[in-house]
Amino acid sequence: MNPALSVIFFTTLSGAGYGLLAWTALDALLQQPARPLLLSLCVGLLLVTIGLLSSLAHLGQPQRAWRALSQWRTSWLSREGVASTVTYLPALGLGAALLPAMLAADARTASIALGPPGVACALALLLAALVTVACTAMIYASLKPVPAWRHRLVLPVYVLFALVSGGLLALAIHGFARALPGVALLAGGAGAIALALCKWRYWQAIDATPLALQRGDAVGVPQRTVTLFERPMTEGNYITREMAFVLARAHARRLRLLATVLFAGVPLACVLLAIATAALQPWLLAVAALSALAGAFVERWLFFAQARHLVTLYY
Amino acid sequence: MTTLPPPSKVKLGLVIDLDTCVGCHACAVGCKEWNAGGIAGPLTDSDPYGKNPSGVWFNRVHSYELQATDACAGSALQPSQPAQTLHFPRSCLHCETPACVTVCPTGASYKRGADGIVLVDEDKCIGCGLCAWACPYGAREMSPVEGVMKKCTLCVDRIYNENLPEAEREPACVQVCPTRARHFGDLGDPESKVSKLVAERGGVALMPELGYQPVNRYLPPRPRRAGEATAASQATHEATETIDEQALPTALRWMHRMLSR
Repeated sequence: MNPALSVIFFTTLSGAGYGLLAWTALDALLQQPARPLLLSLCVGLLLVTIGLLSSLAHLGQPQRAWRALSQWRTSWLSREGVASTVTYLPALGLGAALLPAMLAADARTASIALGPPGVACALALLLAALVTVACTAMIYASLKPVPAWRHRLVLPVYVLFALVSGGLLALAIHGFARALPGVALLAGGAGAIALALCKWRYWQAIDATPLALQRGDAVGVPQRTVTLFERPMTEGNYITREMAFVLARAHARRLRLLATVLFAGVPLACVLLAIATAALQPWLLAVAALSALAGAFVERWLFFAQARHLVTLYY
Repeated sequence: MTTLPPPSKVKLGLVIDLDTCVGCHACAVGCKEWNAGGIAGPLTDSDPYGKNPSGVWFNRVHSYELQATDACAGSALQPSQPAQTLHFPRSCLHCETPACVTVCPTGASYKRGADGIVLVDEDKCIGCGLCAWACPYGAREMSPVEGVMKKCTLCVDRIYNENLPEAEREPACVQVCPTRARHFGDLGDPESKVSKLVAERGGVALMPELGYQPVNRYLPPRPRRAGEATAASQATHEATETIDEQALPTALRWMHRMLSR
């Protein structure tokens, strides 16, 4: 599949944004200090909004995007649209609930106590953010003509990417406010390792599984061996530009290595160093978060570029 | 609504005979001509007279080579087959359970409850392209000029058009086909001409494993006779042109010997 930059920006940035929002909701429930909470809420909403706007760039008629909220009964894309829009409400509610604590004397380190409305907003935000990421994954996982996207690890990997990239961002933001306990940092490292394991498992699986259908099945003569004689047109068309993309398959191994180093290797090293050296902690965590985002970008590019659509059987 | 209607009794569709199709592209051109001005128009081309012409077509004719099969590979019913060309016109199959409709986030894609035709409402389409990804048959093409998805309408503006003489109320591709390889009718009615043709010739659906239940059917090429012509063509194909002197008539054997000196 053609890896459209607008879609890659959208899925990586909004993924990290929703992950960050989910962690913010959880941290609010765990009574973390108000200032880093509010900051991570703002950064999360900013990432999500940039991501959503960049996804509009992918559309042929962006001014009609509001129509995409209507078909949630059947369409995962529509469900994602609804979930992503709904997420703004509890996020803004949680922000409002945090404001009194923000104005208090020690917003930087003092733990907060949310009232019942604040707790409800945090729970709703946690749920809505995770549901949005799951809907994004299901857009791809529901497409039968792209067998590589039907793999059962696609959904968990999307959610893990959101949680790891968003989680590292949350750690960095909280790290600038105060020294963090080692457990929180180790959790970030464990997430990166889990992500690497899942992703390598997925890559191995798609390499080992050839397309289940042959060209003969696609042209109604399944019992014959069919070779291409003449294409239907002299130039490319929308289908060949959109679905037939071979560049990534040629460089897959190196790109996979690069992605893994970026989204797992560098963050893991940064997290371990951060535990050892408290002084550099916030900066190391910031590097880890940015590296994870860059790794997610390469991984997402491969996710699209390596997936073979069934039309490549016969075009 | 992108929720599918209950299965319609009438299932309008095409039956395409791969045995008679000669790959002339008349269906593709006839389709383009009608639909450029029909309800799905314009079918915009970008750079039509330039170096990289590209455009939206609802019909595309692919040509393939079917490799020869050995006698042992073929079944008892189908003896060895020579190599053949296969011309394959591709268009929307108007599936009974089309994923291109259900993935549409806006309701622009829809399947008609009355006759099963799958259409795009271009005033609602946001041009996200997800329906084209969801179609394994390569039937949908985005127009970069209008920014919306385009697809075969089964010439819905011809088949019910009372301004046309009754004989012309069929899709443009069917009308224009010079070898009559394309047939239009109701595949939901087992007594219709097209349904009988499918039953008689063993018409197939494309990639039925995927579960989209295409309505259109393709009639596979009839088995070729595996007679002397096949054997002879294979013999000359081998490029080992040894001459069996004993098999030649006397005069030719004499000439062959004289010339071989």
